Amino acid sequence: MIDFPWLTTLIVVPLVGAVVTAFLPSRPGAALPKQLALLFTTLTLAAAVGTATQYDTGAGMQLTETHTWIEAFGASYAVGVDGIALTLVLLTSLLVPLVVLASWNDADTRNTKAFFALMLALEGLALAVFLAQDVLLFYVVFEATLIPAYFLIGGFGGENRARAAVKFLLYMLAGGLIMLASVVGLYALSASQGEPSYLISNLAQLDIGTVEGRWLFLGFFIAFAIKAPMFPVHTWLPDTTAAATPGTSVLLICVLDKIGTYGMLRFCLGLFPEASDWATPVVVVMALISIVYGALLAIGQDNMLRLIGLTSLSHFGFIVLGIFVLNSQGLSGATLYMFNHGLSTAALFLIAGYLIHRRGTPLISAQGGVEKVAPVLAGTFLVAGLATLGLPGLSPFISEFLVLVGGFSHAWWVGAIAVSGIVLAAIYVLLMYQRTMTGPVQPGVETVVDLNRREVGAIAPILLAMVLVGFFPQPLLDVINPAIETTMTTVGVQDEPPTVPAGTQAEEDHQ
Amino acid sequence: MIEFSKPVIGYAEVWPMLLVFGVACAGVLVEAFAPRRVRYATQVLLALVGLAAAFVGTVMIGLDLNETAGGAAKGGITAEGAIVVDGPAIFLWGLILLIAVGGLLLFAERELEGGVSAFAGQAAALPGTEAEREASTRGLDHTEVFPLMMFAVGGMMLFPASNDLLTMFVALEVLSLPLYLLSGLARRRRLLSQEAALKYFLLGAFSSGFFIYGIALVYGYAGTMEFGGINEAISNNTGNRTLLLAGMGLISVGLLFKVGAAPFQAWTPDVYQGAPTAVTGFMAAATKVAAFGALMRLYYVAFGNERWSWQPMLWVIAILTMLVGALLAIAQSDIKRMLAYSSVAHTGFLLTGVLGAQSASELSSGEITSLQAVLFYLVTYGFMTLGAFAIVSMVRDAGGETNHLSRWAGLGKESPIVAGIFAFFLLSMAGIPLTAGFTGKWAVFAVAMSAGAWPVVVVAVLTSALAAFFYVRVIVLMYFADPVGAGPSVTLPSVLTAVTIALGVAATLLLGIVPGPVLDLAAHAGEFIR
Repeated sequence: MIDFPWLTTLIVVPLVGAVVTAFLPSRPGAALPKQLALLFTTLTLAAAVGTATQYDTGAGMQLTETHTWIEAFGASYAVGVDGIALTLVLLTSLLVPLVVLASWNDADTRNTKAFFALMLALEGLALAVFLAQDVLLFYVVFEATLIPAYFLIGGFGGENRARAAVKFLLYMLAGGLIMLASVVGLYALSASQGEPSYLISNLAQLDIGTVEGRWLFLGFFIAFAIKAPMFPVHTWLPDTTAAATPGTSVLLICVLDKIGTYGMLRFCLGLFPEASDWATPVVVVMALISIVYGALLAIGQDNMLRLIGLTSLSHFGFIVLGIFVLNSQGLSGATLYMFNHGLSTAALFLIAGYLIHRRGTPLISAQGGVEKVAPVLAGTFLVAGLATLGLPGLSPFISEFLVLVGGFSHAWWVGAIAVSGIVLAAIYVLLMYQRTMTGPVQPGVETVVDLNRREVGAIAPILLAMVLVGFFPQPLLDVINPAIETTMTTVGVQDEPPTVPAGTQAEEDHQ
Repeated sequence: MIEFSKPVIGYAEVWPMLLVFGVACAGVLVEAFAPRRVRYATQVLLALVGLAAAFVGTVMIGLDLNETAGGAAKGGITAEGAIVVDGPAIFLWGLILLIAVGGLLLFAERELEGGVSAFAGQAAALPGTEAEREASTRGLDHTEVFPLMMFAVGGMMLFPASNDLLTMFVALEVLSLPLYLLSGLARRRRLLSQEAALKYFLLGAFSSGFFIYGIALVYGYAGTMEFGGINEAISNNTGNRTLLLAGMGLISVGLLFKVGAAPFQAWTPDVYQGAPTAVTGFMAAATKVAAFGALMRLYYVAFGNERWSWQPMLWVIAILTMLVGALLAIAQSDIKRMLAYSSVAHTGFLLTGVLGAQSASELSSGEITSLQAVLFYLVTYGFMTLGAFAIVSMVRDAGGETNHLSRWAGLGKESPIVAGIFAFFLLSMAGIPLTAGFTGKWAVFAVAMSAGAWPVVVVAVLTSALAAFFYVRVIVLMYFADPVGAGPSVTLPSVLTAVTIALGVAATLLLGIVPGPVLDLAAHAGEFIR
């Protein structure tokens, strides 16, 4: 019996949905494309849940499918899922239907079917990125995600959207092309040591010299750092989030940008362990700068969408930090963080989007007293905000805690600086809440109506997931930890054993 | 008394090329004897049937080429050592013929100009004179363009299949002269077109001078014109090496001029802009294919043992070409000039593949060879270029084509399908995955990287990023900018142009997703025969 191709199904369902939606008769504001998009994204979610039930915790790469694709390039269509990939697949397939629901009326005045078709295409390609087990396949879908993302920003955003879309695309293409040099280099290396192959499992066996390894690592890392984004290549981020619709921002920041950190875990650590270790000091410093700088910039923003975008810079700093401190707490924390950041930031973006849709402006200074006229909106916003600042009981707390533990066991000053990010997070979240939701009702705000059922329906699952994972993260950690152990073995690092209390030696001497 | 022996021409191997030349001659006779009203249909049909028959013949010959050199190559040398019909030659013939079919369809397009072709009604009439107006009102057409094109195609087939320097030179001239003429035959903006033709002719003649001088010097070194003989002379290290190096350099100038590599690229933007768009598309695609075939045969076969001398030169030229192409393309405001500079950048990428040559012993089994990579890139480049220029010929206003970029603003709203297809071609040229441009780029980068030319690859990657900027700019213009004035309009073409565009789209899409078969075909072609 041939096993059911779960992973191919996961990739194909949204792509089919995209094609079907794109060929519907065109009418702005038509309901059919939306309903179809919701149907296909829900089907994808079902496939993802199905995959999760098939997944056997702790057994490495699973549900693999491998077919020769381009023989001359040594490339295959190879997909597989491990704990890290599964986490991100679940996040993606959970978020997209909710984004569809939340963005129901966002494209009514424009080409509605294109908007939802692009979203579906983006979901399919993003899932393919997380599942790819072949470097060329990964690269191809990694770059291909840019096209729907570009048109989503440029075609459906607000002011300055064309400029933002171009900036986004050029940053991403520059990173991607630098990575292409490394991808090609991997081929040359693989060919010099026998039959060329792009399978990750084969590449991991290669004997990579120190110098080559470091150059190749740099190619991959720069691309992922732009994608993630990290200081100093983050400048596309606030412009993009400010111009795109909140739904698009969720797809970009909460799903696509995870490719950057996922790539660091999978490729930088998995293929170039020596180089990753070599790069650690610089990367950790860059991550710390991202944490503090992103938070400081966020505090100074008056545009809610820019602010939320910049908080992500800070959060991605945490994730990268967790990856590159190279210990099990940091790595599991970072993986869990990717999931949780996806949830909390998605909630912030969507709720901010609701408010902006009602008020017609993203400026914080134009809001005030919203909690009096729209308590549900304000309440959900507060929960999302508290999650972002790492309140215990909500899911981001656990991941942040784990990353900090990892940071402190790497070096005390690393942990200390990272902690300041939490303090700053409290400032930017609470300040934003205070300025927009509390205080006297600003003129223009009094007409704001509270969330309707559709809007609540899009937010509720995210909030629920945050509480669930916040109190009971073990199932997710059970999935993540074995994959992290494999990564650590590849890199060849171990957790430092607990320091035995001093005195043992003295006692022995005494005897 | 010397006994006369009849020269042996392997008609069985070279007949497709002879057929193309024959059709060209027949076309001239049609011009001379057929009445004016039947000429157009006769010429188009004749050329189309000729090209199709030649293509079928090429495929048949390709199928039963004998293996030689221990299975590494196929085919043999024929026509008294003047022509070589081997795997790569057959591959290039097939490609040139396919592009020629696409080009022919563009030449034959009459819908866009309202019933007449895009060529001057009467080329001999001076622009702006009464004679020109009369030719225009009488709806005259130059159907001579079809035999001219067939001569060019024949020359292009001979170019990469030539086995000695003289045949190569003859082929170069046979393919160039009709193109010089065709460039000057535009129906609209005739002064620009004639200027382009003159520039192309003068510079082309100049570069031919370099080429023939180089031939003389190499002959002085090797004592033979045949590539195999030159190769032998180099490996025996006979003669004066200064002669060889100077000759190689001069011949390279001639060839690099034809492919449009820096610093010999100056003619490309002017000629691409001035020539009728159908000619530009055909010329950009097919000339490059033929010239790169010849370039590789010369470097790999004749100068194969001198690789250490020409590889560094190609490093410099490739880097320069990519930078010049990408940087100058950014500054262009005319779509055809932009595509011209983009084609210069593509020449640089192709050269990156050419300089990735390694001897068979340095390659591991299943590794892509530089010949294979360049052949594949030529396929991808040929079809997307032809398709892109076909689209350019469709965007028009009352004064003919509107090539200024500002007039393309808002095309995405005006005609989403045309804009979408053009955007697709642009993305392919930028090398975005899932398009042919990406697989082609990957292939040439990979061979250069394997040959240790990583600095060239790094520059190539950086210029690709630069190049992405101007491709994306056009997409932004088409989709996200508001139309200026009346906005662009798309004239619906006849089925002829539509077929060419469809061919381009299909090739670009298929080669992006499943490039395997064509790559295998290119690998199957084997090496050049020495």
